[in-house]
Amino acid sequence: MVSADIQIVMPEILLAVYAMLALLGAVYTTKDAMAPLLTWLTAGVFVLLAVWIGMTGQGTHAAFDGMFVDDGFARFSKVTILLSAAAVLLMSEGYMQRRGLLRFEYPVLVALAVVGMMVMVSAGDLMALYMGLELQSLALYVVASLRRDSIKSTEAGLKYFVLGALSSGLLLYGASLTYGFAGTTLFSGIIEATENEPSLGLLFGLVFLISGFAFKVSAAPFHMWTPDVYEGSPTPVTAFFATAPKVAAMALFARVVHDAFGGIVGEWQQIVAFLSVVSMFLGAIAAIGQKDIKRLMAYSSIAHMGFALMGLAAGTAFGVQAMLIYMAIYVTMNVGTFAFILGMERDGRPVTNIESLRMYSKRQPLRALAMLVLLFSLAGVPPMVGFFGKFYVLRAAYDGGLGWLAVAGVIASVIGAFYYLRLVYYMYFGEEVDALDGKMAPVLWAFLMGSALIMVVGVVNLFGIEPLAAAAAATLVN
Amino acid sequence: MTVFAFTFYLFAITTVVGGLFTVVSRNPVHSVLWLILAFLSSAGLFVTLGAEFVAMLLIIVYVGAVAVLFLFVVMMLDVDFAELKAEMTKYMPLALLIGVVIIMQLALALGVWGFSDGYEARIAAPAGDVSNTAALGLLIYDKYIMLFQLAGLILLVAMIGAIVLTLRHRVDIKRQNVLAQMYRDPAKAMELRDVKPGQGL
Repeated sequence: MVSADIQIVMPEILLAVYAMLALLGAVYTTKDAMAPLLTWLTAGVFVLLAVWIGMTGQGTHAAFDGMFVDDGFARFSKVTILLSAAAVLLMSEGYMQRRGLLRFEYPVLVALAVVGMMVMVSAGDLMALYMGLELQSLALYVVASLRRDSIKSTEAGLKYFVLGALSSGLLLYGASLTYGFAGTTLFSGIIEATENEPSLGLLFGLVFLISGFAFKVSAAPFHMWTPDVYEGSPTPVTAFFATAPKVAAMALFARVVHDAFGGIVGEWQQIVAFLSVVSMFLGAIAAIGQKDIKRLMAYSSIAHMGFALMGLAAGTAFGVQAMLIYMAIYVTMNVGTFAFILGMERDGRPVTNIESLRMYSKRQPLRALAMLVLLFSLAGVPPMVGFFGKFYVLRAAYDGGLGWLAVAGVIASVIGAFYYLRLVYYMYFGEEVDALDGKMAPVLWAFLMGSALIMVVGVVNLFGIEPLAAAAAATLVN
Repeated sequence: MTVFAFTFYLFAITTVVGGLFTVVSRNPVHSVLWLILAFLSSAGLFVTLGAEFVAMLLIIVYVGAVAVLFLFVVMMLDVDFAELKAEMTKYMPLALLIGVVIIMQLALALGVWGFSDGYEARIAAPAGDVSNTAALGLLIYDKYIMLFQLAGLILLVAMIGAIVLTLRHRVDIKRQNVLAQMYRDPAKAMELRDVKPGQGL
């Protein structure tokens, strides 16, 4: 029994053991001099685990009395999380090394955060959910203030910590109400409790749980921390925040509303639809006034979370499939965009002001072109892959009977296109002021070009991600 | 009123009063003392529930260690709590208003308290005739072993985080090098000179 359970959680165990070995190894040898090697090694371990999970995982298994579920949905999310975390680690190495930020704890903390995320997406119990969430969040609070000599970075970490604690409090309160009214913390038990006419207390618990998740995915009106944390954290850490944790939190959101509250779709549908509309519009409108590209990306991620929530709000298997596809595309676009942002520097100092991009195309036509493709894709302009992500969620919302939500999504997407296109305008027109340096690390260049290429080539069949996401969604919603 | 009910209300009211005064006391040291009272009375509540092991843990760990640590911290750190409080009072009316609204809303929910159907089947069965400690052991090290290990990982992250964010290696101070001290060779550390009378070195 126990050995079968351990077999199921083997990827998580291996990653946790690796993180501890790496920590011990670095502490007892050359410490920070090991950091570049460890960063590459951790990225390699992530990729290996992703390949292993993606290739060998079959069927649905539950371990530890249903507390941990390994199904197609969990595996799809885990592969996305692992690959995006690996990409971000590879991109951060050079940047952090040059600024003296690369400490050997960084890859270790990222690995532990990823363990937390893997537990989150596999959680089958409110307690397992909370443990995974806290493991992930705690590691993220630390890496947010990694540049401890900078006031902004410490402020970002502290703000994230305090607001994260508040959201954990909301979530725990919801969990306790749910437990009190359903009599169990297991999702399989909660869904039984909702079968005939759920009690009002259970719905209160659901609302508090959703508020907690909305904090973690930074959906409006729980988004206040996002711009400050994105701006204050070191840029590679911001890139990490914008990718893997978002996928994990979104997958967790989907798992709870479908696995535990799948019987009362009508009750949570309106809340999720509300979160979606507010996030899309707030993200689109508030980003217009931003001059700092990291803050801009924060608002962009809020808007994108709104779109992903739109798929979830549909409450159908197709909605979950659309959300998974959207998140996979979102992560790919963000990796490329942050590769570009990491390469923005002048005299060796990072620059985040968008004014510095003026006439960028004249000096770096190829890179400007790649960024143009990514920005069009982020905005959802038709020939790019980003359009298909939006198309899927809009269709899911429409099929789910939320036509008004789909219309709102289209309007928000048009508003949001303004600030992406303004960046394009800066790169191609206007006058040059304070030009950026021409150098860019080969790794960043490769990720930028690769991501842009995917945005164009992926139009053919989205790299076959569609049937995979459909199979994953089918294991969650049935 | 039975003795049991009397004990329950005694401890429950003391816990709430202790918690209230922890928050409103002007002197931080008094706050910690009130907090200890709240811990002790909640330990009493655990005893009335038949969970004597948890009650003892609460006293040993929270009163014995955590509260004393708090006392140390408030005595050693020179934080002007009065100033912090003054800042807080500005927001007090709004906070109170929101708190009252939330309480009223929750009262609506809790007023119609009712379990969902079939909860009897879902809640954990009584453990039978095992002692507190044995029951806890069965849960923590058997049923919830994964959660227990994850909690351990969380503590590890907290430890790494504290070290990453605060440890600074200063280069301008002399450090003790234990190994160098132990491997010191008398032959290298000491030099024997034969000082002739009246000549010096």
